[in-house]
Amino acid sequence: MKRHLISTADLTREDALLILDTTEQMAQVSARSVKKLPTLRGRTVVNLFFEDSTRTRTSFEVAEKRLSADVINFSAKGSSVSKGESLKDTALTLQAMGADAVVIRHSASGAPKLLADSDWLHGSVVNAGDGTHEHPTQALLDAFTMRRHLNPGVGHDLAGRRVTIVGDVLHSRVARSNVHLLHTLGAEVTLVAPPTLMPFGVETWPCQTSYDLDAALTKADAVMMLRVQRERMNAAFFPTQREYTRRYGLDARRLALMPEHALVMHPGPMVRGMEIESTIADSDRAVIVEQVANGVSVRMAVLYLLLGGSEPAITTSSANTSEETGK
Amino acid sequence: MSTTNYLIRNARILGGEPQDIRVTDGVIAEIGAELAADGEQEIAADGLIALPGLVDLHTHLREPGREDAETVLSGTKAAAKGGFTAVHAMANTFPVADTAGVVEQVWRLGRESGYCDVQPIGAVTVGLEGKQLAELGAMADSAAQVRVFSDDGKCVDDAVIMRRALEYVKAFGGVVAQHAQEPRLTEGAQMNEGVVSGELGLAGWPAVAEESIIARDVLLAAHVGSRLHVCHLSTAGSVEIVRWAKSKGWDVTAEVTPHHLLLTDELVRSYDAVYKVNPPLRTEADVLALREALADGTIDIVATDHAPHPAEDKQCEWSAAAMGMVGLETALSVVQSAMVDTGLMDWAEVAERMSAKPAAISGIPGHGRPVSVGEPANLVLFDAQYRGAVNPDAFATRSRNTPYRGMDLPGRVVATFLRGDAKVLDGELV
Ligand SMILES: [Zn+2]
Ligand SMILES: [Zn+2]
Repeated sequence: MKRHLISTADLTREDALLILDTTEQMAQVSARSVKKLPTLRGRTVVNLFFEDSTRTRTSFEVAEKRLSADVINFSAKGSSVSKGESLKDTALTLQAMGADAVVIRHSASGAPKLLADSDWLHGSVVNAGDGTHEHPTQALLDAFTMRRHLNPGVGHDLAGRRVTIVGDVLHSRVARSNVHLLHTLGAEVTLVAPPTLMPFGVETWPCQTSYDLDAALTKADAVMMLRVQRERMNAAFFPTQREYTRRYGLDARRLALMPEHALVMHPGPMVRGMEIESTIADSDRAVIVEQVANGVSVRMAVLYLLLGGSEPAITTSSANTSEETGK
Repeated sequence: MSTTNYLIRNARILGGEPQDIRVTDGVIAEIGAELAADGEQEIAADGLIALPGLVDLHTHLREPGREDAETVLSGTKAAAKGGFTAVHAMANTFPVADTAGVVEQVWRLGRESGYCDVQPIGAVTVGLEGKQLAELGAMADSAAQVRVFSDDGKCVDDAVIMRRALEYVKAFGGVVAQHAQEPRLTEGAQMNEGVVSGELGLAGWPAVAEESIIARDVLLAAHVGSRLHVCHLSTAGSVEIVRWAKSKGWDVTAEVTPHHLLLTDELVRSYDAVYKVNPPLRTEADVLALREALADGTIDIVATDHAPHPAEDKQCEWSAAAMGMVGLETALSVVQSAMVDTGLMDWAEVAERMSAKPAAISGIPGHGRPVSVGEPANLVLFDAQYRGAVNPDAFATRSRNTPYRGMDLPGRVVATFLRGDAKVLDGELV
């Protein structure tokens, strides 16, 4: 494993499988009544959020606490960041505080890489979503969720599984991270979007593309619906919400086109009635709530591995000492 | 008038055979082999190439308004170190150089600096806002005698305003230098729109945003019979349009920056904002097309678009960073690397495109003249054999936003003479 997690493109197949297998172990911890490991005791993890995202920040925070890390939430709201303090000065401050890892969420593409490549701080950098670039832990939790359903087992990948990703690919960091990771794991990805929401140069990506959702659904093992902001229609990406939903939304008719076993996924937050019909989001075909639960386990695995997890995550002894009996 | 006369020994004028150049009272007095010294200071120029003083048609000196980035003094020092004897100061200062008062101020600051001549460029429209023509005639009639007008940094995107400006400046032999960027197609744009922007999730800046404006402008210039200059052309498609316009005999000239001759958008993968520039770095195919066009004369000149920014405007998130690169002190080295060492141009052609032609476009007197007897002694001595890593800490510009830090570039300016006065000797400011 590298020292930072910036992009899923940086992960080898071995890295990715190690994270997924470690996630499996972490999921066992999360299933216990006392959901805590001593692994990161005495280590400081900073959640540096320049962009609001309660769900992602909470997921990281739960993961960090389950690993017994000291957690600092440094959010742009109510901090000096909003007064114009630079990323550099913020990083220098966190370095002075002795941050062992910084989980960064930023509206600017590339901010996590800038931080990781700089000499402003020395801890590990975890990208928790940067602009329209990447969101690697989201892709990892998606892959983990898919593997559990479509090819369960330690050491397994997603070879030959077909994943259809639908919606605003252009502005989606989730799509970018998923394309890299799913390709690395052997899955066949098809991106479906109106041409206006397809990124320039997408033909060079390791995936297929289509403008026709119906055709892309019939062989899918999983379909991932991306959030589409209503404001996009103001910039003429599509004419109306109604037309978008008709052409690219997941409704009961389209669900019926999919194989019986196919999963319905969504990285959240959903726009019900826009990209996904409410009843489908709530149906037993959807694994959306499961994705959220897996998010905590994946983030535990990533932090554990980045912060020098050379020991197995769970040994018999650590499983015992983790019971917080108090030393 | 210069107080010291010089005898330059064994300089290779435009890369030719070694000759001596006698500089007397600011003028090239004699050129020949083994000239007899007559009390001059002798300068050993063995192996050095002598070029006419370089002329930059596109320089951001930032004064007035952003003296934290550059001043006329620091910018002209950088120019002298880069071998320039004249620079054209862009109008996007604070206040904007859209009145006779501001252009005269810049002109006066240039005279006081003394390191190279400063010819102010006037804004086309009031406040660079593209709505109302600035007092172009007043700027032309001022002490600064402005002949080049540009809203650079912004595009004169309104077709009617552009048409009127092209027509109006004919009265005093002016030229409009257009920063070609269709604003709607580049809202929020961060880098060249291509494979790299798609992967990096940075808003794209399509080539067509530049090309559509150039196409419109050459047609407008032809229609009203005016002169058009295209700033920092950056795409292969723009080259094709300019080539076509020239084939029609229309009065269109174009410039390319050193960085667009050498660097591509692949560098943006670092998210290091030192590579953020307007127009953006393009692709390898564009770079090769620009080189070919500069060599065959489709692109007339090299202009630096020297754009200094303080560190805090570059050491930040890509989307928050300022656009632009410093370029005066590396321009000749980059041109050697991209054009001369590749065999595309010889030194006479470098002199044509970095001195004679830019001076002709601007009409600035006393610059861009040949290295011959009776001409003003505006000269550069350049060591083309030199190889070394670029060290921004040694720059004279106030800013350090160079994309070449640590890069091995060929060539080094050894001496610069402005009307016979040494401004740089042994690579250092005098
Ligand atoms: Zn410009
Ligand atoms: Zn400029």
